[in-house]
Amino acid sequence: MVTPPKTHSQLFLNGLLNENPIFRLALSMCPAVGLSTSVMNGLLLGIAVLFVQVCSSCTISLIKNFIHPRIRIPTYTLTIATWVTVIDLVLAAYVPVAYKAMGIFVRLIVAFAIITMRLEVFACKHGLAPSFWDGMGMGFGFLFGMTILGAIREILGMGSFLGYDVLGFRPLLFFVLPAAGFFTVGFMMAIFNYVETFGRHRKKGC
Amino acid sequence: MHRALNRIAGATAGLPQKLQRMGLIGLFIGILLVGGCRTEHPYVQNAAFTADDEITITFAGPVDAAWARDPGNFSVNEKADPDIRVGLREAVLSADGKKLTLRWAEPLNRQNSHRLVLQEISADGQSRGSADLTVAKPYSGTLLTILIGAMIIQNFVFSKYLGLCVFFGTSRKKSTAVGMGITFTTVIVFSSLLSWLLYQFVLKPFRLDYLQVVVFIGLVSLTVQGVDTILRKVNPRLFKAFGVYLVLVIANCIIIAVPLTLAQNEYDMWESLMLALGAGLGFLIALFLMSSVRERIEFANIPESYRGLPIAFIVAGLFALSFMGFSGMSLF
Repeated sequence: MVTPPKTHSQLFLNGLLNENPIFRLALSMCPAVGLSTSVMNGLLLGIAVLFVQVCSSCTISLIKNFIHPRIRIPTYTLTIATWVTVIDLVLAAYVPVAYKAMGIFVRLIVAFAIITMRLEVFACKHGLAPSFWDGMGMGFGFLFGMTILGAIREILGMGSFLGYDVLGFRPLLFFVLPAAGFFTVGFMMAIFNYVETFGRHRKKGC
Repeated sequence: MHRALNRIAGATAGLPQKLQRMGLIGLFIGILLVGGCRTEHPYVQNAAFTADDEITITFAGPVDAAWARDPGNFSVNEKADPDIRVGLREAVLSADGKKLTLRWAEPLNRQNSHRLVLQEISADGQSRGSADLTVAKPYSGTLLTILIGAMIIQNFVFSKYLGLCVFFGTSRKKSTAVGMGITFTTVIVFSSLLSWLLYQFVLKPFRLDYLQVVVFIGLVSLTVQGVDTILRKVNPRLFKAFGVYLVLVIANCIIIAVPLTLAQNEYDMWESLMLALGAGLGFLIALFLMSSVRERIEFANIPESYRGLPIAFIVAGLFALSFMGFSGMSLF
């Protein structure tokens, strides 16, 4: 199957919406459930993932001609691990409080399926510029998903946004419970599905 | 589940039974050796918690009542915070003078090990020297706490929200769930022990702590590749049953979370083994529970937009809520 080459903006939007890592591909769910209790956490982890995704995509697209196909997966893993170590040390040095709140999740970026998958599917077959934009799209897609989840849970659970009191009361305290992450992601996915099927039915009708 | 177990039983039947029994006996002896008592002072036989604010010390012979009455002779603190001393409320010496019960002003946290110092123990009018003791709950209790903790109380899937991609991917059928759980437990035990070895004897002595992520993930890939190669040659039947799950193991966050946790908490070898075993078995339990529910959901009438993953997430949320009931529980 030959697909026409995409422009950079298309690549970027693809990751942000059509193939959103959290709601569409359903990959890297652990932080989406465990760390989306507030907007701040979601934002910081999103930035960390964006950084690792873009850097690893660029690295792999630069060295793709030197990698023997049989050892490509270990190569990807070690590349990701290196960039994760970099962002881990940087975050620990500059935002120690937020780093402590995120706990072990920053280091676990190394096992996120989304990054390895983008390297395998995209970066090892394309040049530097498309890989960069694909990484940006995927990273921002993840950032977008995490922020939305964090916003829903923070507004509904605590009545605040980024730590500032917005509503003045707490509508549903249930949403700050750790277990509510599962429900929030489930409801969001259902909404995405509903919008999709609704759109399809309307198209058929007209 | 039975089918999967039969498959393993059939595949391992080739091993001589004698070898299996020998391995089991060796394991028990090892546990006894490590779990046995450790004395640090010749005159002190045993020191242990008898209540939250009470430590009982057994001496080899009778000690002087005058020495036992002086509160300045005793001090206790948590091993982690040497500065926070707890005051003594009373010291009660038994009639034969061999058993001393120390009651403290505040309750001590029995989960942590404490350092107890006895100044210049005097018996029969002569000094026996100071004793510096470690008081902790029994080692086997610590091990069991770690095992049950990782398996149920702090279940990695339902309480720590790790390993979800693989969890939702392989919990559609019971047979797949059990296969994945068993493969995962095997690999995580091997890779965690290797990680512990490398961390204690290479990374820590050479101050290479910052390389943890790179080294651990490399070890995991190595273990997976090794198990794959060995199993393919040694036991093709077992490989046919579980080979497909091996690739998925590496995409599971738990497999990298366990080595990081045991490096952070400075666990020793048996504690690491228990943590890895608990994490693996906990993942197996979670998968089995989830797959049982999802097999039934297949026949239920669910709104169209909830079919597939969304309803699975909501079921997992209900499980997580019920697992919250275990939180704060402590054994021993």
